[in-house]
Order: sequence, then C-alpha cells, then structure tokens
Amino acid sequence: MDYLIAVGLEVVSGIASLVLISIGLAVVFGMMKVINLAHGEFLMMGGYATITAANAGVNIWVSILLIAPLVVGLIGLIVERFVIRRLYGRVIDTMLATWGLSLLFIGLATTVFGNTTAGISSPLGPVNIGHVGVSAYKFFIVAVALAVIVALYSLFKLSRFGLVARATMQNAAMSSALGVEPPRVYAATFAIGSALAGLAGGVLAPITGVVPSLGAAFVAKAFITVIGGGSTVLVGTLSASGIFATVNQLASFATTPVIGEVALLGSAIILLRLLPHGITGRFFKGRI
Amino acid sequence: MIGSRNYWPIAAAVIAALSAIVVLPAIYDEYSLLQLTIYAILSVLALSLAFIWGYGGILSFGHAVFFGLGAYSYAIGAINFGETTIALLLSMVIPGLFAAALGYFLFYGRISDVYLGAITLTVTLIFFNLASSTSGPEYRVGRVPLGGFNGIPSIPQLNVPGFPDWTLSTTELFALSVATLALVYIGLRLLINSDFGRIVVAIKENEVRAELLGYDARKYKLVTFVIGGAIAGLAGCLFANWGGFTSPAVFALGQSVQIIIWVVVGGVGTLAGPVIGCVLIQWLTNSLASLNTVNNNLIMGGILVVVVLMLPQGLVPTIARLARGRRPVQRLDAATKGLGGASTKSEARA
Repeated sequence: MDYLIAVGLEVVSGIASLVLISIGLAVVFGMMKVINLAHGEFLMMGGYATITAANAGVNIWVSILLIAPLVVGLIGLIVERFVIRRLYGRVIDTMLATWGLSLLFIGLATTVFGNTTAGISSPLGPVNIGHVGVSAYKFFIVAVALAVIVALYSLFKLSRFGLVARATMQNAAMSSALGVEPPRVYAATFAIGSALAGLAGGVLAPITGVVPSLGAAFVAKAFITVIGGGSTVLVGTLSASGIFATVNQLASFATTPVIGEVALLGSAIILLRLLPHGITGRFFKGRI
Repeated sequence: MIGSRNYWPIAAAVIAALSAIVVLPAIYDEYSLLQLTIYAILSVLALSLAFIWGYGGILSFGHAVFFGLGAYSYAIGAINFGETTIALLLSMVIPGLFAAALGYFLFYGRISDVYLGAITLTVTLIFFNLASSTSGPEYRVGRVPLGGFNGIPSIPQLNVPGFPDWTLSTTELFALSVATLALVYIGLRLLINSDFGRIVVAIKENEVRAELLGYDARKYKLVTFVIGGAIAGLAGCLFANWGGFTSPAVFALGQSVQIIIWVVVGGVGTLAGPVIGCVLIQWLTNSLASLNTVNNNLIMGGILVVVVLMLPQGLVPTIARLARGRRPVQRLDAATKGLGGASTKSEARA
C-alpha cells in the first residue's frame, strides 16, 4: 500500500514536472505558432539565475519563484525583439534560428559558468508516508504546476490581456484593425512563455543541478509534449503530460530509467501517428 | 537551375573529383589527406539531407539516425564477416529499410511540418538512448558486442570486393570518399533532372496541386526519403572506416543539428551549397578547436542565427544572385504581416 502511494506520487510529480517543463513552450506555440528550440536553454538560464541568486544570499524561495522567471522573461523579451519578431509566419526558419540561439546560450553559459555542475541543496527534507520516505520537494513541484495552470487559465480566460491575446491568435489582421498592436501582444506572450521556462528551470535546479548542456535533456521532451498536446495550450499540455509522464514513470519502475525514457518517446510517436495534429487537434477543440 | 537539363555541373564535378584524386595525394602527407577525407565523407552526408530537404521538402530533425545506422551496420557486418563487401551493402540497405519503415509511417500517416520534425527528433533520441545503454555483454550482434557508450572499436577497413587482404590505404580511402562524393552528387543531379525529380519538386512546391494532377505524393516522398537515408548510411559506412570506430555519438542530437546547419548555411534547394556549407563549417570547427579560446557552440549558434536572419536562402543562392547582378529579393516585413501564413492555415482547417 505504501509502495503504491509512493509510485502514485512519483507519477503525479512526474506529470507536474513535465507540465512545468513544457508549459512555457506550449504558450508560445499555442498562441504564436512559434516553436522555440532554445526553450531548454531558457530553463537552464532559469536554473543559473536561481543558483546565482541563492549563492549571493537571496532567499531560496525568492530566487526560485521570482528571480528565475523575471530574469528569463527579460531575456525572452530581448530574444523576441531581435530574432523571433523578424521571422513571424516562417515556422521552420524560427525553429532553425532558435536552435542557433540554443547553441549560442550553451556556449555563453559554458564561457561564463564553466562546464561543471552547479547545484544548491533541496530546501525541503524528506517526509514519511507510512514506511516510505518521499522528498517533500515533490509536493512543492506539484503545487507550483497547479498554481501555474490556474494562473494561466485566469490570465487567458478572465483578463482583458487574455481576451486580446486570444483574439490576436485567432485573427491578427482583424484585431489589428480593432486597434490592437499584434507585435506587442506577441512580445508579451513570448515573455510570459520565457518566464514560465525560467520558473521551471528554477524549480528543477535543486533536483537536477545545472550544467550549460542541461537544456538538451528538456527541450526534446517539452517539444514532444507540446506537439503531442496540439495547439490548445492548457488542455493539450495537461493531457499530453499526463499520458507521457505516466508511461515514463511506470516503465521506469518496471524496468530501467533508460527504457522509461524510450517508452515515453515511443508512446509519443504512436500518439502523433494516430492524432497527426496532437490530442487537441481531435479532442477538446476550442478550449484554452 | 532546378529542373533544367543542364549538364555543366556534372562535368565540373567529374573534373573536380578527378583532379582532387590525382593532385592532392601528391601534395599532402597522409595526415592532411585524412583530414580532407572527413570533409568528403561529411559532404556526402550533407548531400543526402540537401536532397530530401531541399528538393523533397522533408525536414528531418533526426537525419543522423541513418548516418549512425550506416556506421553501426558496417561495423557489425565487417567484424562478423571479415570480408567487407556485404557490410558495405548492409550500410546502405539497413538505413534504407529503416527509412522506408519510418517514411511509410510518416507519409502514409499524412504527418508533415513540425509534427514530422517532432517524430524524427524523437526517433534520434530513442536510438541514442538505446545505443548508449547496450554496454552489457548480453548486447551483441553475432560476434560484436555493441559496447554501450564506448561504441564499437577496431572496425576493419574496407577491402576491394573479392580480395579480403587488399584493404584500402589512407590514400585509397581518400580517393574512394572523393569519388563517392562526386558520384552521389552526379546521381542526385541526374535524379533531380529526371521526371521523377521534377515530380518530387512539384510536390514540395504544392502538394495538393501535384496530387490533383494524379501523383501520389506519399509514394514520391517515401522514395525520396529512402534514397536520402541510404546515402546517409553510405556516409556512415565511410565514417566508420575513417575513424575505425563508432559510438552512440553518431546518433546524438548535435550530429543532426550539424547536418541541418551545413544545409542552411550553404543554401536549401541546392546541391553544391550544402557541400560548401559542410566544408566551411567543418573547417571553421577544426580551426576553432585548435585555437581552444572560443567556445565552439557559441560560434555555431551565432552562425546559424545570423544566416537565418541575414541570408535566409543560404550562401550559394545569394552569391549566385549577386553574381548575376541582381540584389537579393527583399522580404516583406514579416512583423507587419503578423502570423498571416499560420492564421490562414488554421482558418482553412476550421
């Protein structure tokens, strides 16, 4: 029984991690049809922002929840202004340019921080569920993922910015005629997506540690999750994360983590074959 | 240039290859020849993606899979059989078969664009993960342990078919690589100029229109993909010969990115461009590695970003246009158009 709870918690926290990793990319893809392949490096920079701030004496929670998203959101704003904006409507070119950015950021981080793992200790200790010890930090990850989903839902469904953003996504020319400036909406959306990536990097930094090449481990998973989910941001990410993380964790438990990873990738391929436009290309159409 | 029945590039390729094979071994020592050999081998790889992406319109983010499969197939075949002729064939047949299976899955599933990118990327990761985790002694094909992360060492050199003792020397491997490059270039050029090639390009330009004219786009894409996969496998075979070993690094994401960078820098939609891009980038990588001051990723990333932003058509088409005395076509300011392309597409679907 305790074992089942522990496995269940692993699965839930696995889903939460995958949601956190991919949600920033999902916002940018869902709203702007832009695939940011430097997304993994945005996470990496969020991790470095957290660790640098924490080592400089800033409260660890402030470093994770505030500094990481702010720093990376700002970087995202700059990237949007100088690269993404010039390539709107050219999906493949955007992917290539952001792939270049990804290499560029890896190179920069290696130059600045060196090619070693930087880390901070997890701020929460273990808790016991029956006889099984679980890291309390996993609960924190789940809480952050839930908070992000609620916040995004409110932002896009309830706020005026959300209304304008969704309108621009549906028909840029029409909303432009109604007085909205699409470039500003895109810039804000991209910054939000980047900030979410930074947040994810900050949250995961105590678990994974941070190296310049950290992003590579995440970007593919995030990319697959977002594409598997389809263009509907929240529902797509949630459903795809749910499927992929469950497959990954269960297969990891049954065999090895490597096979778990392969099972995740394999299930992604099958899913995309059955639903060529992602889960939300077929189900839950028109939601957020 | 596309589709014109113009044979001067073929003549140029023959002359360039013959003179390289005759002249270069006379000037350079063995070490430099080995350096030049890798340029030729990687150029073959660049050509394979140049064909399926530039002419077939299929952007595979996992093209290194076929390269890696070629290298592994050759290694396993050559060590098991001793005589390398079958191994050489295997290094093209196995990637070709895998490309056929994957391509059937993709094209007959009508998967395109980003989704195709996602799947090919995923396939690379699967291969990388699997190949890296085969370190135990139970993972062996015939007499060859797969070796996990360390890969397969001491792969035998190619021998002349039928003469197992006549293995290729450094100079002969160089000649073979250059000749392969020239033959692949000529073969692809002839293919592109053939009726088949014209249909492939037509499908790339407008798939719906080509289908309305009665061509089965799925079939043509599949054949294009298989040809590209087999050529990449051949490059992998030469690569395994060149280094004498192969490791899961051939499946790494970075390897696939490299190939894409070569093609982008040289020019998508040309054959000569990606070869030039490959040689240029590899030369740059080597020079920087020996300098050891600037981070290689920094430079590669910078180049890719700058090329996509400033020279979206790549070096060769831009230079060709400049040489003809015309300025590059100015693109409309994309920002003012907003996401025009994407939104019309989603409207059409809704």
